[in-house]
Amino acid sequence: MTTEAIKTHAIDISALNRGSKTTNDKFDPCITVQNLNLFYGSKQALHGVNMEMPRKKVTAYIGPSGCGKSTLLRCINRMNDLVDGVTIQGKLLLDGEDIYDKNVNVAALRRRVGMVFQKPNPFPKSIYENVAYGLRIQGVNDRRVLDEIVEKSLRGAALWDEAKDRLNDNALGLSGGQQQRLVIARAIAIEPEVILLDEPASALDPISTLKIEELIDELKEKYTIVIVTHNMQQAARVSDFTAFMYMGELIEFGETSELFTNPAKKQTEDYITGRYG
Amino acid sequence: MIKAWFKSGLPWIWMTAGAVSINLLLVLGLLMLIAVRGLGHFWPADVVEYHYKDRQGQSSVIIGEEVDESLLHKAQAISAGLEVLNGADYLQQYLIKTGNRDILGTDFRWIQDQYIQDKTTPEDLIAVERREWGNFYGRLLAVKQNGQVIAEGAKAWPVAQEQIEKNLQLFDEIDHLQKKEMGSINYNLERLRLKQRALELKNEWDDSKKQAFAKQKLAYEEEYKVIQAELLKLNIANKCCSIVVSEAGGREISIPLNRVIKLTRPNAMSALDKSIEYIKNVIAFISDDPREANTEGGIFPAIFGTVLMVMLMAVLVTPLGVIAAVYLREYAKQGFITRLIRIAVNNLAGVPSIVYGVFGLGFFVYILGGNIDRLFFPEAAPAPVFGTPGLLWASLTLALLTLPVVIVATEEGLSRIPKSIREGSLALGATKAETLWRTVLPMASPAIMTGLILAVARAAGEVAPLMLVGVVKLAPTLPLDGNFPYLHLDRKFMHLGFHIYDVGFQSPNVEAARPLVYATSLLLVVVIIGLNMFAITIRNNLREKYRALEN
Repeated sequence: MTTEAIKTHAIDISALNRGSKTTNDKFDPCITVQNLNLFYGSKQALHGVNMEMPRKKVTAYIGPSGCGKSTLLRCINRMNDLVDGVTIQGKLLLDGEDIYDKNVNVAALRRRVGMVFQKPNPFPKSIYENVAYGLRIQGVNDRRVLDEIVEKSLRGAALWDEAKDRLNDNALGLSGGQQQRLVIARAIAIEPEVILLDEPASALDPISTLKIEELIDELKEKYTIVIVTHNMQQAARVSDFTAFMYMGELIEFGETSELFTNPAKKQTEDYITGRYG
Repeated sequence: MIKAWFKSGLPWIWMTAGAVSINLLLVLGLLMLIAVRGLGHFWPADVVEYHYKDRQGQSSVIIGEEVDESLLHKAQAISAGLEVLNGADYLQQYLIKTGNRDILGTDFRWIQDQYIQDKTTPEDLIAVERREWGNFYGRLLAVKQNGQVIAEGAKAWPVAQEQIEKNLQLFDEIDHLQKKEMGSINYNLERLRLKQRALELKNEWDDSKKQAFAKQKLAYEEEYKVIQAELLKLNIANKCCSIVVSEAGGREISIPLNRVIKLTRPNAMSALDKSIEYIKNVIAFISDDPREANTEGGIFPAIFGTVLMVMLMAVLVTPLGVIAAVYLREYAKQGFITRLIRIAVNNLAGVPSIVYGVFGLGFFVYILGGNIDRLFFPEAAPAPVFGTPGLLWASLTLALLTLPVVIVATEEGLSRIPKSIREGSLALGATKAETLWRTVLPMASPAIMTGLILAVARAAGEVAPLMLVGVVKLAPTLPLDGNFPYLHLDRKFMHLGFHIYDVGFQSPNVEAARPLVYATSLLLVVVIIGLNMFAITIRNNLREKYRALEN
């Protein structure tokens, strides 16, 4: 591709970007990453990452496989704590508080930072119980309250119409796309501030993917969203801000329209034009 | 040609299929053998009358059931001191159950075919099942009441049946009064005595308590007297009747009807009658108490003891095994130590069961039980309460024996729960413990059940350790009854496996016991299969419920 062609291509993408209109809002950081290093044993997976993710916006991480984007995402709700031999240095602030502080209650943190995984992972329970799971953990057992929140969450995840007649059926009977929306409903049922999406559409067919993308667009009204994606078009379509990572380093971070149309770094340009990755 | 055949892989298929077939045949053959030998025993056999003229030329009449036969080679027979007539090559012998142990001294005798003059099955021959001395075979002559003949000849049969029916009812009443009512009073009196002793030991035994206790004791004794009077009446009524019978030799004897359980004329029975009798016999075998040093009667206490012990074992081993597996798999840092523990657990499964029995006796019974007695039951001394083999210790010993199986199966189940499910739960703000309780353990429950199934199968068939820690030949009371606290964990109990050993090898009457060994074995197998089926059904339901693992 010639440089000219790249430009047109990028502009084409930015036209799709529904987030572009928010460019002029005041930048309000929700999550701040300060000089974050992460080691798996002796192998360093993240190298001094610094970034600020804005509130109620969609931030996308892109980059080739193994670049550390999922690792970075999983730092935000301390999912990496589960991995043996992991060491984390630096700071990660959520609303100004360091989530790696010794006094932080990890379970409480994860209630504030929901997560949706690459493969749909509903529990082998009914649809209703899947959505109510997080609430029951918090000790909510009042049927009326649960009914209300389950409906609200399923509506929020655009699954209500499909699932309302089979709330007591096993969630594993749903299709892949429905399962993924159920998992999103499960996440928003506990009213988090942030939702992390780890390649949420990579295991889904195009129609389900489209639904998830539309859903992300609605969700950002209420939640700060961070999404990891392999698919650059998807990043361009759904996100307001994009971070490009390579080999555990944050290469470039900026508004999506800017990053795709006018990348500051050569590596970014190479990646989005498809030279590697 | 052969080479090509080998290369085609067919021989391998034949070999594997053959191995499977041999296994199947062995299992089926085993079941068939014990089923045929065991179940045949309950069929009401014909009573045969032999006119017999033995070697010395003495004529006699032998009445009995033919239970076995053998064909001896001439040389063998002669070397055994027998004579073979008419130049025959083989000596045909029959084993006859002649009953009448009180008269003849033994129940069984071998007779030789060559001396039998005549062999008939007259319809008037009777078989009497008695509470003592085994069966009686002969002819019914008359029925007596208080020494007076009330029926004779052909009329004697229906009258006798009627009287037996009455006597059986009386017997049930007496049994109930003796075992339940009197047993309960005795139990309460014993408790009272223990309470008194406990108060004495604590120096709290004063006059007011003395009076209260004496009053209560008196009340119990009054109650006891009432029952005793009633018993006396029943016993007199029970003793009124007898039947007069003649044995094979023609001697007349009188059998009191309260000693008779059943009076039948097998030769007069139709196939249908026999079938009904057969079913009755099987039911009696399953539901009655044993008699005559376990060689007659039923084996209900043994079935009950086996099932109760296995269930108690399951209740004890499941939480222990699951908790241990959860720690090993979920919490412990995986490394050298956990590997060592796993090896130890696996090796524990290979320790001979008698070793567990010795451990159970040494640790549970003497150390634990002894200390429990010292601390909580000082009033019972010197009689032990828990410091003696009993149900609880037997269950605990078996729980220990089957623990490795449960741990291994649970660990296997836990390791198969996908990481994504755990992460999904954690991501919703659940702690690790909540994740375990609400998601991981329910999903692992089919695997836990598999462990339990294996544990039950092993425990139900185990005998050796039980002989040391709680099983007895004959337990006077069931470990579960109507007296507080209902489940008596300290009591000794009977067990089918031990019953087989006892009846088969410790019995004074080997011939009579042999069919019971097969019947009891069959029942043990049925009980184990039943327990397993129960557990397998539960597991399959759980699997259906949590089938996420298959995706």
